[in-house]
Amino acid sequence: MAMNTGLEPALSDSGGWKQLSGDWRGDKEAFKGVPWGKAMMWIFLLSDTFIFSCFLVGYMSVRMTTTDPWPVPSEVFALTIAGESIPLILIAIMTFILISSSGTMAMAVNFGYRRDRRKTAALMVMTALFGASFVGMQAFEWSKLIEEGVRPWGNPMGAAQFGASFFMITGFHGLHVSIGVIYLLIVAFKVARGDYERKGNYQIVEIAGLYWHFVDLVWVFIFAFFYLW
Amino acid sequence: MAYAELAESEEIHEPKSFITRYIWSQDHKVIAVQYSLTAIFVGLIALVLSGLMRMQIGFPGSLEFMDASTYYQAMTMHGMIMVIYLLTALFLGGFGNYLIPLMVGARDMVFPYVNMLSYWFYLLSVIVLIASFFAPGGPTGAGWTLYPPQAITQGTPGADWGIILMLVSLAIFIVAATMGGLNYVTTVLQARTHGMTLFRMPLTVWGIFIATILALLAFPALFVSAVMMMFDRLLGTSFFMPAIISLGQPLDHEGGSPILFQHLFWFFGHPEVYIVALPAFGLVSDLISTHARKNIFGYRMMVWAIIAIGGLSFVVWAHHMYVSGMNPYFGFFFATTTLIIAVPTALKVYNWVLTLWRGNIHLTVPMLFALAFILTFLVGGLTGLFLGNVIIDVPLSDTYFVVAHFHMVMGVAPILVVFGSIYHWYPKITGRMMNETLGQIHFWITFLGTYAIYFPMHYLGFLGMPRRYYAYEDYEFIPQSAHDLNAFITVAALVVGVSQVLFLFNLFWSLKHGKKSGGNPWRANSLEWLTPDTPPAHGNWGARLPVVHRWAYDYSVPGIEQDFLPQTCTEEELTQLKLSRTAMDSASSPESNPEGGA
Repeated sequence: MAMNTGLEPALSDSGGWKQLSGDWRGDKEAFKGVPWGKAMMWIFLLSDTFIFSCFLVGYMSVRMTTTDPWPVPSEVFALTIAGESIPLILIAIMTFILISSSGTMAMAVNFGYRRDRRKTAALMVMTALFGASFVGMQAFEWSKLIEEGVRPWGNPMGAAQFGASFFMITGFHGLHVSIGVIYLLIVAFKVARGDYERKGNYQIVEIAGLYWHFVDLVWVFIFAFFYLW
Repeated sequence: MAYAELAESEEIHEPKSFITRYIWSQDHKVIAVQYSLTAIFVGLIALVLSGLMRMQIGFPGSLEFMDASTYYQAMTMHGMIMVIYLLTALFLGGFGNYLIPLMVGARDMVFPYVNMLSYWFYLLSVIVLIASFFAPGGPTGAGWTLYPPQAITQGTPGADWGIILMLVSLAIFIVAATMGGLNYVTTVLQARTHGMTLFRMPLTVWGIFIATILALLAFPALFVSAVMMMFDRLLGTSFFMPAIISLGQPLDHEGGSPILFQHLFWFFGHPEVYIVALPAFGLVSDLISTHARKNIFGYRMMVWAIIAIGGLSFVVWAHHMYVSGMNPYFGFFFATTTLIIAVPTALKVYNWVLTLWRGNIHLTVPMLFALAFILTFLVGGLTGLFLGNVIIDVPLSDTYFVVAHFHMVMGVAPILVVFGSIYHWYPKITGRMMNETLGQIHFWITFLGTYAIYFPMHYLGFLGMPRRYYAYEDYEFIPQSAHDLNAFITVAALVVGVSQVLFLFNLFWSLKHGKKSGGNPWRANSLEWLTPDTPPAHGNWGARLPVVHRWAYDYSVPGIEQDFLPQTCTEEELTQLKLSRTAMDSASSPESNPEGGA
């Protein structure tokens, strides 16, 4: 729609910094061509980043203040398989699964762009299944630790803050994964039903994908700061 | 397709039933009114609490039920309600909801359903908060900062239920604020109308926009600290609890970090000051410009100052913690950043004053409140410079000087803007003016009254009168004159408190009996005054969105008859206006043209 609103002509073909500043100086949208839902998801994830950062900073802080020795994660999170104690094996599998789920999600988004209804839905369901198995393994890990006497208020291996931080951070992340699984299944169902054919776009798949990749990325940081450190 | 084109291609689905129109409404204007009324309601509770506290300080023992626990509970709830449930909710949920879509020319917020949920979560958080008054042991009395260990240690009032309900309520509030905040930010970024660039937005939108970004990034710290403290209280974890002996018994906690809570809390708490202040800055800029009939001085600098203050507000938090026992070198860093933040803030004050300079000032009620804001904010800001310096803050810490400072700068000043803005935008919301005489009386009592309350407190602070004490009678270092002054402050506070009835009466009386206002009673430029209907209908604009051709501050443009140019006025229309003025001048008085011709 051509409308004279007293603005300079668009700088869209000049590229680079000029284009960036042109976008921000322009009317209607700061992010040109970005649907509002996607912008909103990005902003939400930024806010959520601050939540996880605060959790991790809090964990590091109490790890410094506690007077009891910190349990050694590679021993606590070891599994005895066929008589051999393998450190961090379960976490390694969980991490592998979650990262694979990011791969299937990316493929779902790709097929969404191509408007391939069936493959998009199938890959999203697969992502959700990966996510569900991650949560399942986390539940196994929790029950194993609880069996060994780890509680939020104390544990036999050392500092009480170990259990407190563990349950709080992995719990909050697991909650995110669980919500993500439900979200993905709903969107996959709607894709399969053909809701977005009528609307004419699959942007919701990409938005759900953003959330899912974020949950994965957060896990990488939890893995690094809690399990490897 | 951008939001603007989409909004014009889709039909407006107006809700038909009473419930979808006014209760489960997804219309940003209805949600704004819901938010505002709820906020004003809890604000009244906090006002009553402050009156009860002042009775105890001014006339000790005059209230029979006021024991030490009740006093601390009143103090805690007063602070928490005023800062979060009144001011934050009113500025973002109330003014943000009402004004953002109207001022940027959108039909509504981008995600109205989530916007509606935001209000219902807010209401839920208020209900949980009020429930704590009726819980066994009453609400928490830990002080509004809720510092552990004492907040969750037995012996503190409300350590059983009060603190739990407080934390739950805060967590729910944060969910509500996030759902609303995502809408406000995304609407400003992606849903502006044709021609509405970021640098053509009224400063109100800028202030609320940046404040909302602060809210989205600062509330997570409060959320996390609320979750962690809840675990400490309910599960027996030791995030914030060091080894501690309470009433002769060692508690089941060890190794936690109480100062971690203070850092998390103030990482939220300081931006929170600007979450309240920045919308006030924005609103007051528009009030001053409109009622002084002059363009805002240094618009771009005003915007950049808002952004700079917003950014800096994240690196000053530990100036609340100079006496907490943190590393003294932190004090150096945080004092420096704190003083740097005074630069953009002072810039804004200068620009408001320069906007007034040689303006055509109309002393309407909104303008009176805006002028009072400048004065009050100046006083509160200057005492902030004292408290920002470690060496002065340490002796003044936890005295009435601090109470006077933050009440001036983030209590009274923003509330004055709230009043001014309600008087200003009421005609758009209801179609009727508020009563001018009642407004004037309300203004003078409130404005002079707050000075009577808070000016003497600076002096009491210098005398060394500590804050958060329940009774001051038996301390030798507090002279008799301080007690007399306290009685005076209490009388002033009660007068101001009671006078707010005038405002409430005016608010509801004018709904039916106010003078009809028409669409643009203040002859203002910004888009909300240009809606086809007043109050604006669902969808705000009819079939087409407005097209913006200029900024919102073209007042007293030379060479034309009318003294304002709405944002939708095109260059051709401006030329027409100039031509008609010239024609009129030469037709009426060819020889004596007072302005020397166009």
